[in-house]
Amino acid sequence: MTATGTFAPKPGAAPLGRMIAAQTALETKMLLRNGEQLLLTIVIPTLLLVLFSTVDVVDVGELAPGQDRVDFLAPGLLALAVLSTAFTGQAIATGFERRYGVLKRLGATPLPRWGLMLAKTGCVLIVEALQIALLTAIAFALGWSPHGNPFAVVLLLVLGTAAFSGLGLLMAGTLRAEATLAAANLVFILLLVCGGVIVPLDKFPAGIAAVLELTPIAALSDGLRDVLQHGTTMPWTDAGILAIWSVVGLAAAAKFFRWE
Amino acid sequence: MGSPQAAVEIVGLVKKYGAKTAVDGLDLRVDAGTVTAVLGPNGAGKTSTIEVCEGYRRADGGSVRVLGLDPAADGERLRPRIGVMLQSGGVYAGARAEEMLRHVAKLHAHPLDVPMLIERLGLESCGRTTYRRLSGGQQQRLALALAVVGRPELVFLDEPTAGLDPQARHATWDLIRDLREDGVTVVLTTHLMDEAEKLSDDVHIVDRGRVIASGSPEALCRDGAENSLRFAGPPGLDLTAMVAALPVGAKAFEVARGAYRVEGDIDPQLLATVTAWCAQHGVMPEKLTVERRTLEDVFLELTGRELRA
Repeated sequence: MTATGTFAPKPGAAPLGRMIAAQTALETKMLLRNGEQLLLTIVIPTLLLVLFSTVDVVDVGELAPGQDRVDFLAPGLLALAVLSTAFTGQAIATGFERRYGVLKRLGATPLPRWGLMLAKTGCVLIVEALQIALLTAIAFALGWSPHGNPFAVVLLLVLGTAAFSGLGLLMAGTLRAEATLAAANLVFILLLVCGGVIVPLDKFPAGIAAVLELTPIAALSDGLRDVLQHGTTMPWTDAGILAIWSVVGLAAAAKFFRWE
Repeated sequence: MGSPQAAVEIVGLVKKYGAKTAVDGLDLRVDAGTVTAVLGPNGAGKTSTIEVCEGYRRADGGSVRVLGLDPAADGERLRPRIGVMLQSGGVYAGARAEEMLRHVAKLHAHPLDVPMLIERLGLESCGRTTYRRLSGGQQQRLALALAVVGRPELVFLDEPTAGLDPQARHATWDLIRDLREDGVTVVLTTHLMDEAEKLSDDVHIVDRGRVIASGSPEALCRDGAENSLRFAGPPGLDLTAMVAALPVGAKAFEVARGAYRVEGDIDPQLLATVTAWCAQHGVMPEKLTVERRTLEDVFLELTGRELRA
């Protein structure tokens, strides 16, 4: 048996930084261990990039002299990577954590709720960094020649992450886990096809394209393309659309998110 | 504050869900350093009460102090000091048992030794197994380990032995006794009367959102006790003379052919009266037993026998 005094109370929270770092590490490990999540965040974007860059099955529109199909596709798939992690992956994981009482259980630990949310954001950023590194390396191997201001790219990626996180958490915190799973996957596919990721928006009828341009995925892929393919300094319209989605999504998530 | 110090002090707690009142003016006090059981039928308001104490739900009325703090307002200060075991779930489906325990340990400043806790609860074989593949009993023991790993002053255990086999139940009971020994206050809800009887210093029986009886298990079984004395003898004995000799209010009757029961406040004096009567009448009282009420008898008497939702 155990010596007397083993369980003598000695309560206390770990330092905040350590708690958030531990939570971020665990969330990341859980995500990377999940086969479905890897399929969504790593396999699908990589496969699409390689497939459509090398095989001429989608019409990517007119390319400037010296440009390749990959110059159109790489920015779109970077946008898709952000969508898959910040929105779909986060929504599904958080939805099931809510369903299985993980969020409730963690709510009884010294880790504050905002700390948990910060850790989730940290996890999303780590996975996005992995995705971007992988996609960038493959794109370069396929002959990608990006232009533009790297700070504009980072700003767009951060705004896109914020917008998709807000919407993903709104879904995870309000719907049943199964409904979140179905809806998040459906939205992923719809936005993949209709969000300017691999099919240029000008292939759609003008009226529909005008609406699609306002979706966060179109703003992100279009903005990234403006910078990386066309060398625009800062696509303010797209950044503005993403900023509005971020504010609306995060505010709605903060208001409606239920922890159990 | 009374003495000893209160770990939990609930006065007039009200908790409503829409039009339904789950907790209806509940008063409950847990002395520091005790094991306190909260008993009650399903839907009596046990879990609602505990969850208000844990800070999960806001009270609609009354006052709740846990370790001197208001769980709704001082959650951030309270949480490191309490341990919580939920009825089910609470762990990432893909997390390994040991990994989750190590994680929650990391959220605390002075956690328990994780391997020791794993050994104490017989979870050695589950270290590398993901949560979804653990058996119900293993999940339950992991949940208990998660509640105590941060070395809390007070733990809330919601049905800690539900679904456990006898070995695991005894391991859990031993752990709860050790916690108490080391000065941890334990509040547990249970449906198991023998668990409450064996483990707890105090029992509170909750029904329809109120505490309807409180006390030590012994006191609850004794209070207003209709204990009984049984014996077997020749059928058809005339008990008139015996009843006349018994204290006022005691009764004696032949419950079945040759089976006799004396009801009342059974004390040594009453026992002597009965055996003296037997000696006078040349009756050998076979299988003579004094029956004490169990906590279960008390519970059913107080809460009725009809099934609850």
